[in-house]
Amino acid sequence: MSANHQLLAAGLDLAYGERQIVSALDLTLPPGKLTVIVGANACGKSTLLRGLARLRPPTRGAVYLDGKPIHQMPTRQVATILGVLPQSPIAPDAISVTDLVGRGRYPHQGWFRRWTPEDDIAVAEALAATDTAELADRPVDELSGGQRQRVWIAMALAQQTDLLLLDEPTTFLDINHQVEVLDLLTDLVRHRGRTVVVVLHDLNLACRYADHIVAMKAGRIVAEGRPVDVVTEPVVKDVFGMTSRVVVDPVSNTPMIVPIGRHHSINAVV
Amino acid sequence: MSAKADTSRISAVRHAAATRGRNVLLGLALALLAAFALALYLGDYPVPVSGIVRSLLSPLSGLADRSVDFIVLQVRLPRAILAVLSGASFALAGIIFQTLLRNPLASPDIFGIAHGASAAAVFCIIILGWSGIAVSFGAFGGAVLTALAIYFLSWRDGVTTFRVVLIGIGMAAMLAALISYLFTRARLNEVQQAMAWLVGSLNAARPGDSIVLAGAMLVLIPLMVGLVRALDTMELGDDSARALGAPVELTRLGLMLVAVGFAAFATAAVGPVGFVAFVSGPLARSLLKGAGRGFAQAALVGALVMLVSDLLAQHLLPAVQLPVGVVTGACGALFLLWLLMASGRSGRVN
Repeated sequence: MSANHQLLAAGLDLAYGERQIVSALDLTLPPGKLTVIVGANACGKSTLLRGLARLRPPTRGAVYLDGKPIHQMPTRQVATILGVLPQSPIAPDAISVTDLVGRGRYPHQGWFRRWTPEDDIAVAEALAATDTAELADRPVDELSGGQRQRVWIAMALAQQTDLLLLDEPTTFLDINHQVEVLDLLTDLVRHRGRTVVVVLHDLNLACRYADHIVAMKAGRIVAEGRPVDVVTEPVVKDVFGMTSRVVVDPVSNTPMIVPIGRHHSINAVV
Repeated sequence: MSAKADTSRISAVRHAAATRGRNVLLGLALALLAAFALALYLGDYPVPVSGIVRSLLSPLSGLADRSVDFIVLQVRLPRAILAVLSGASFALAGIIFQTLLRNPLASPDIFGIAHGASAAAVFCIIILGWSGIAVSFGAFGGAVLTALAIYFLSWRDGVTTFRVVLIGIGMAAMLAALISYLFTRARLNEVQQAMAWLVGSLNAARPGDSIVLAGAMLVLIPLMVGLVRALDTMELGDDSARALGAPVELTRLGLMLVAVGFAAFATAAVGPVGFVAFVSGPLARSLLKGAGRGFAQAALVGALVMLVSDLLAQHLLPAVQLPVGVVTGACGALFLLWLLMASGRSGRVN
């Protein structure tokens, strides 16, 4: 599986009823890279992800998968190329990890092609990739937050898609589990050649893990590129309306944002 | 990281689940068979086992004992068959809605569809002066109309499960008010007739009822089987299902129609017998403990609940024939309390 599928948005408008959320947005997702979308609450980043994932129809413009408008492609076919992990998926009561992850095989099955050994292999690989093989027979209800999130990612992986879109996969997780999840996504990009797009809340983690960062404000892209090139004090001010110092992350040499707030001043830091 | 070992572990987990599902199914089938035999055996007119067997075989063997044949073939057998079919239909209607709307309270006897059937039946009895099979047609129409009304009132740029449940509960309250109003305009004997219908009963079971219901089930079950695969993805939320390429709206509409069909045909046959639709799915799933979606098991639980409730209704009190709805209502209310308490402990109702 190599990253040769391409996803891009051209002149994309997305709306909920009358409310315009994303306006005239152009974005090309670099194949084989980890793209992180950041922005303040209600900037439209989750809506953009849902639009890219064909979960939200555009009111103008289009999303193109390999040059074809994604909303006009058969949705089952899209599901073999593009996987999505929505923000709050629901685990049915008492469902086992194996059963849940196995549901990711849906687009590969059909009326006459039910469960096959290939599906078992796909599930086993997905569990191995997310380090959850030990949990195979456990009910999902009994897992910790971090384990559960990895199982959900395994479900998306069992779909065996080249592109993977995740909406805030680290929300509600402790910091160690957040790092774990992002390490896993990095593995997928580096070692398995996937194209991964993530919406994240935490700007510092975004800067550290993103190959390509997209900063949004009010439904538009304010800046995009490598975090080192893009994330500056004026950009943070513009996107989050917050003064900050941007320093170098001592571990990864990526930008690190240090908020200032009302009770401190820039001078005090130096 | 040995992928081979992992694969065998995955198939082992799946096989264990499948085995559990089969065992539960088998156990329920045996219990149902026992209850069915008991239903043929018990009654005011004592018939020995040999007489029952001879009666059941009489269409083949030609041997006949008129009075025994009448009791077994015309009274007990149609009643037991109708109990099984209507119980299974209610259960399937219940578990489809409960799974689709991800809420155990979303069964057709709780959120409006049974109320639609009831209001229509009461209207037919009191205002139109109908009786018998005509009332069943009216009830069927009422159930379908109510379901359509709930679906379209919940439609706003797609249907969300939460809106369906809320509008359904509102609808149930309105229809209950309509029934009360109709009662105030009725004569006493009409009220009696309407009340008897509302409680739900197998006392008037005729072979024709079972044939209509069985025919409906023969159409509805294959439709259900065709649609249910996409339901596996919809259980994970609408977005997950769409992401996996499932036809969400089509499946939801199709399954709702199938479930309404089950509920409407069963209600037309035996009246709105309460709580069978509501309890069967959760009971089946508690037996399965996560092994499979449990539709077949729920159907058997429903049949069993209906049959056993009817046996209790007939034989619990000497010389009094209770309508089956009284028994299911009393047991179902206890189950509802248990469900609320259990979900109170785990902090959620779903």
